[in-house]
Amino acid sequence: MIERFQYDNRIVKNFLFVTILWGLIGMLVGLTAALQLVLPDWNFASWGSFGRLRPLHTNAVIFAFVGNAIFAGSYYSLQRLLKTRMYSDVLSKIHFWGWQLIIVAAVITLPLGMTTGKEYAELEWPIDIVITLIWVVFGINMMGTIIKRRERHLYVAIWFYIATWVTVAMLHIVNSIELPISMTKSYSWYAGVQDALVQWWYGHNAVAFFLTTPFLGLMYYFLPKAANRPVYSYKLSVIHFWSLIFLYIWAGPHHLLYSALPEWAQSLGVVFSIMLIAPSWGGMLNGLLTLRGAWDRVREDPVLKFFVVAVTCYGMATLEGPLLSLKSINAIAHFTDWIIAHVHIGGIGWNGFMIFGMAYWLVPRMYGTKLHSVKLANAHFWLGTLGIVLYAVPLYFAGFFQSLMWKQFTPDGFLMYPNFLDTLLEIRTAYVLRVIGGSVYIIGVLLMIYNVRKTVSSGKLIANEDAEAPPLEKLVEAKESGHWHRWIERRPIQMLILSLIVVGIGGVLELVPTFLVKSNVPTISSVKPYTPLELHGRDIYVREGCYTCHSQMVRPFRSETERYGEYAKAGEFVYDHPFQWGSKRTGPDLLRVGGKYPDSWHYYHMYDPTSMSPGSLMPAYPHLFEDLLDTTTTRKKIEAMRTMRVPYAAEFPALANADVSAQQDKIVAALKKDGIEAQKEMEIIAVIAYLQRVGTDIKAKAVAETKPTNP
Amino acid sequence: MLKFIKHHMDTIAGIGLYPAISFVLFFSFFLGMLWWLRSVSKGHIAHMTALPLDEDNQTNDSVHHAN
Repeated sequence: MIERFQYDNRIVKNFLFVTILWGLIGMLVGLTAALQLVLPDWNFASWGSFGRLRPLHTNAVIFAFVGNAIFAGSYYSLQRLLKTRMYSDVLSKIHFWGWQLIIVAAVITLPLGMTTGKEYAELEWPIDIVITLIWVVFGINMMGTIIKRRERHLYVAIWFYIATWVTVAMLHIVNSIELPISMTKSYSWYAGVQDALVQWWYGHNAVAFFLTTPFLGLMYYFLPKAANRPVYSYKLSVIHFWSLIFLYIWAGPHHLLYSALPEWAQSLGVVFSIMLIAPSWGGMLNGLLTLRGAWDRVREDPVLKFFVVAVTCYGMATLEGPLLSLKSINAIAHFTDWIIAHVHIGGIGWNGFMIFGMAYWLVPRMYGTKLHSVKLANAHFWLGTLGIVLYAVPLYFAGFFQSLMWKQFTPDGFLMYPNFLDTLLEIRTAYVLRVIGGSVYIIGVLLMIYNVRKTVSSGKLIANEDAEAPPLEKLVEAKESGHWHRWIERRPIQMLILSLIVVGIGGVLELVPTFLVKSNVPTISSVKPYTPLELHGRDIYVREGCYTCHSQMVRPFRSETERYGEYAKAGEFVYDHPFQWGSKRTGPDLLRVGGKYPDSWHYYHMYDPTSMSPGSLMPAYPHLFEDLLDTTTTRKKIEAMRTMRVPYAAEFPALANADVSAQQDKIVAALKKDGIEAQKEMEIIAVIAYLQRVGTDIKAKAVAETKPTNP
Repeated sequence: MLKFIKHHMDTIAGIGLYPAISFVLFFSFFLGMLWWLRSVSKGHIAHMTALPLDEDNQTNDSVHHAN
């Protein structure tokens, strides 16, 4: 008996079109941010300054561009690999519109400065909750589809989708635990070192399980489809899958090498990162070798061209990643544009090109027509490839050379470039080339949009595609002499649980010791909680996205202690909700900026950075001089901190605003001495209070660590 | 590397056993997987490999090929 049913192409089309739309928007925001690094005047408004646009760019390309592509590709392939329609059309629609709602919310809130200050997890708590709900809808829809399938065994692509779903759910929930003080503001539940570890456990695995594993699923489906030949080795894909999800989850701490994170956690990150080369390259070769004997077709078919470059970029990025996690290489590359180049090989090479290939393959099929112009698609391919090269190569150079400049000493033992800005201005040409590279890449995308539009108008959407397959017969268990692996291939729920256990063990072993074992974060008795005004200032620092360009993490190198001061200790950050170590230095590290300049310097500098540092690329912050500090939240903020065991006295929340006022007066008086008439309620006063406090506690007398930092 | 982990956990009784147990568990998982890959039937692999390509194929079960 054969059952007739229909594949839902409309949902795939919807997801695919918004992928392209959000992709273009996300890239244009990125282009704007890149322009701002060349022309600081392009920081056109408080909501349009680099510190707020950069999170919008990263969130848009990760969750809107790549996210929607995951849903488009997996909804298409799931139905066909399982020989059934999606479980529920209603759930598909809720998933689609819910996800777009989240993106719109991000587009509104991030430029308004509503951010948690944790990279790629910037969205505030109400949006986090909606993300969780919509993710669950996706999960139910996927598992429901799997359960009503007409194919007994789950193809490897589906395992990748399942592992993606379960791991992203775990990462998002654990990293988003925060204490709200209003609808638009919350504090990370974790502080300092622990917050950093959770954040990069999340951040790294967002790359692993949002940008990589689902795309490997897509690769294992769409590459054989487009080449019209089976995957090179199915056995290799099984090994690829299990080793990848076993290893990936452990590698997060490689983002925190030489930081105040305990040494053992850093080492763990390095070891697992190096091991990752094996499965990653196994997967890359499996993809490329699928084309064995079909290379003549690669010359003609733009879809295959895109896939080949995408898989090659996957190979490059997954070799480079482990190399970057070696401490000696990381010492050079970290905090520089090298990392920006590295992630764009992944983002616009691997993810972008997989998406473009998929789009060129899917659209004609779903519209029952031919691609409007193969020539234009080929032009897109070459523009895209040229764009990647033009984007990445200058930044590799920039990162490498700027880092060497940071580290260079004169024969007399002084820093060769004591002024940070000098090293930045040296690499400006690379920033210009990056803008050109990005523009070329975006022109390619515009060609694709035109091509897709033309293709769409020449055909008609096959919204419901007819298909037929026999129903799944009940298996008589006794007849099965299967191995556990074949057993698991038929059982999606068990597969999901096993995946969760595999990634869960990694997460628990990595995170729990840092929370439970006291010696991992030695306390420093001179480190005290922030004053309420400093806390306000810190929240503004987070709001403006200062962490997108300034680190607060002096590494234990002579070149850094010479430039910035004492290196960072784990115990210094115990009251930092969230941590603000940063990951990129477009400006100098700020950990020891406290007390380095007079208050008036900061006053002038924030109003017009070039007045204090001629040639500075930093945006000006005139709105800090117009907007008044909102002190109605002071009490709530201090109470929230007390809830998280920051040792303020029990009666302090009620007195906090008096404390704010007293400290404002002090700063206003200090400014007056330098001839500045400032109003004490201005936000800039709070920012100055915070900047003058950062990293100064350790300078206080009687620096007593209960235990030395780790061996 | 293990000495760093042990150092920080040595307050837990018998902690030395934990890394050994996890290693054995993980390693046997991989051995199991490799052993399965060695012993799995060619027919099953061929069926799985063909899955993305056989949209018109009207069989859906691997019971047909012997294990």
